[in-house]
Amino acid sequence: MQELINRAKELLANGTVARVLGWKAGDLPYNPEPAFFTTAEELENFVYNGFCGANLSKYMIAASKLEGKTMVCLKPCDSYSFNQLIKEHRVDREKAYIVGVGCMGKLSIEKVKELGIKGVTAVSGAEMADGAETLTFQTLYGEKSCAYSDAMLERCHVCKGKEHVIYDELIGESKDTKDAERFAEVEKIEAMSPAEKFAFFQKELSKCIRCNACRNVCPACSCRKCVFDSTKFDSDQKANVDSFEEKMFHVIRAFHVAGRCTDCGECSRVCPQGIPLHLFNRKFIKDINELYGDFQAGADAETKGPLTNFTFDDAEPSIVTNR
Amino acid sequence: MYKIAKENLTALFQLMAAERDIYAPVNNGGQVNFEAWAEGAEVDLDTLKSVKSPKDAFFPQSENLYTCYRDGKKITIQPEELRHEDFVVFGMKACDVKGVEVLDKVFLSEPVDTFYAARRAHGTIVALACHEPEETCFCKVFGIDCAEPVADVATWMVEGELYWKALTEKGEALTKAVASLLTETDDAKVEAEKTAIRAIVEKLPYSNLSLEGWNGDALTEKFESPIWEDLYKPCLACGTCTFVCPTCQCYDIKDYDTGHGVQRYRCWDSCMYSDFTMMAHGNNRTSQMQRFRQRFMHKLVYFPANNDSMYSCVGCGRCVEKCPASLNIVKVIKAFENQGGDR
Ligand code: SF4
Ligand code: SF4
Ligand code: SF4
Ligand code: SF4
Repeated sequence: MQELINRAKELLANGTVARVLGWKAGDLPYNPEPAFFTTAEELENFVYNGFCGANLSKYMIAASKLEGKTMVCLKPCDSYSFNQLIKEHRVDREKAYIVGVGCMGKLSIEKVKELGIKGVTAVSGAEMADGAETLTFQTLYGEKSCAYSDAMLERCHVCKGKEHVIYDELIGESKDTKDAERFAEVEKIEAMSPAEKFAFFQKELSKCIRCNACRNVCPACSCRKCVFDSTKFDSDQKANVDSFEEKMFHVIRAFHVAGRCTDCGECSRVCPQGIPLHLFNRKFIKDINELYGDFQAGADAETKGPLTNFTFDDAEPSIVTNR
Repeated sequence: MYKIAKENLTALFQLMAAERDIYAPVNNGGQVNFEAWAEGAEVDLDTLKSVKSPKDAFFPQSENLYTCYRDGKKITIQPEELRHEDFVVFGMKACDVKGVEVLDKVFLSEPVDTFYAARRAHGTIVALACHEPEETCFCKVFGIDCAEPVADVATWMVEGELYWKALTEKGEALTKAVASLLTETDDAKVEAEKTAIRAIVEKLPYSNLSLEGWNGDALTEKFESPIWEDLYKPCLACGTCTFVCPTCQCYDIKDYDTGHGVQRYRCWDSCMYSDFTMMAHGNNRTSQMQRFRQRFMHKLVYFPANNDSMYSCVGCGRCVEKCPASLNIVKVIKAFENQGGDR
């Protein structure tokens, strides 16, 4: 972390960048927030640890419009989102100085709570330098501990790898955290009968409170005004009158990000109701892989996506009835 | 003081449900929220906070106000019926009960909101003391004692038994209705529980948060502070904070075209949204900074200015837990304090 802070100070001092986009220490041991820093003094509050799960790519849309360059800290998976945003002309590559930061797998306080650990007042093992296998918590109800990987975000269990796909320089080591198959959950659902599938999604989506956290955090959802925010549209973005509306919102969103979703996992991370939103997107990714050949959105900033590019080998519409 | 063994709670729910609806914290797919109780529901009284506050019981996220039907040239208007059956909200925490008091100020003062008033008249609140408060709680800052909730009935869960004490007439009536399942007891265990809870509250990291400088008179200096420009930046404008909050009270009224008429409904609104207070001439808050500022100014300045110094935050800590950008009212209060924020 100190190396990052030193480098940030240097880049600010020599005028390479006008500001730094990273994370600022929170007031609890697990709640750092995305933040812009413009002075060495502010950087004293800079933090980078296991709880810095937030993907900063989307903030670069706003930062691209500011005067001067922004040093942005991107984890390996975040760098895919950044590439995708370049491809969609939403961020300006020239306005970014990308520091690829190492990643040991990111932690979720929700996962910690699911393990029955509550009242957390201090955590050890979450610092990058620790590379710890175990997390130890001081809580209001005594000392508790758990395996680092048990507190990891879902996306880290299916990590895309330690490589940054775009960067200006790299700082810090990364760890292989993958211990599950990316499409295993999707396959389980594919094996269900239509009635079971319906019941599954009905149950999950009925929890949705239409808060829009999933949409607003999503780097692929970068429309300046979402159709669901339109006052002329009969499905209201803030009402959850019936389960039809929730399904409509989620199905439309899933279609809209299909082929562009990098599987960054932010939607599932932020959902206050713990809805496994990644399952929708991963189903699309799996289908795209099967129909058009393996494709990873954001792997580079140039390749045309299979859904926005016509070739004679494309799947025919009859695929719908054949499958 | 009465008590009932935890194993008998299902029987208690069945007995209550015979005459009235019940809203209770129910675990649905891993998330606990207040829902209408039905036989077989997985009631969870151990999880401290429901994801959404229980305010839905009195102020649902969306509700119909009336429906217009068109038949040729004839239009008929059918108002939605007001709540006329009794119901119980079981297991509300002290902060959430205080949240209802905040909503009362808004909806029960003239002009009275009849939909809300009908629900308040028919609802009985059974509150549950917070056995194990968490680090995100700061109810104490608002003078709330989570060891001793003030509602129609106050309850405590101690060593597998629910202790029960009626505090109002409505509470007495409910107690009478379920008397066959309750046994009389002294309050020794409850007193010990209260002491234990209060000892934990003293240790909570936010319990000594200072609200100095936040009051109805602070309008101009707080409003014009440059701090907001910094604070709002990570905000995603998602509105999660407002939807989980027990005191957020803004709503929108909209029409749904049913094809052969119009359904007029209201739904929660959020000051974090771009169409909030949108009028024919446009919007009076044009930036996210202004929308973000509104949420905290409302809770800590405007509301106390209009309601005898009562804040419209109850320190439940839900926004602390759920904000995807880890922003929240505590960080706002602290930022003003640290930066000498134009107090
Ligand atoms: S849909 Fe979810 S996983 Fe895909 S890019 Fe958006 S936030 Fe990331
Ligand atoms: S974040 Fe979760 S609760 Fe909020 S709109 Fe998305 S799915 Fe619904
Ligand atoms: S502002 Fe936050 S802490 Fe205060 S009542 Fe609302 S959700 Fe709870
Ligand atoms: S929950 Fe956080 S990010 Fe979302 S609107 Fe509220 S303050 Fe902004």
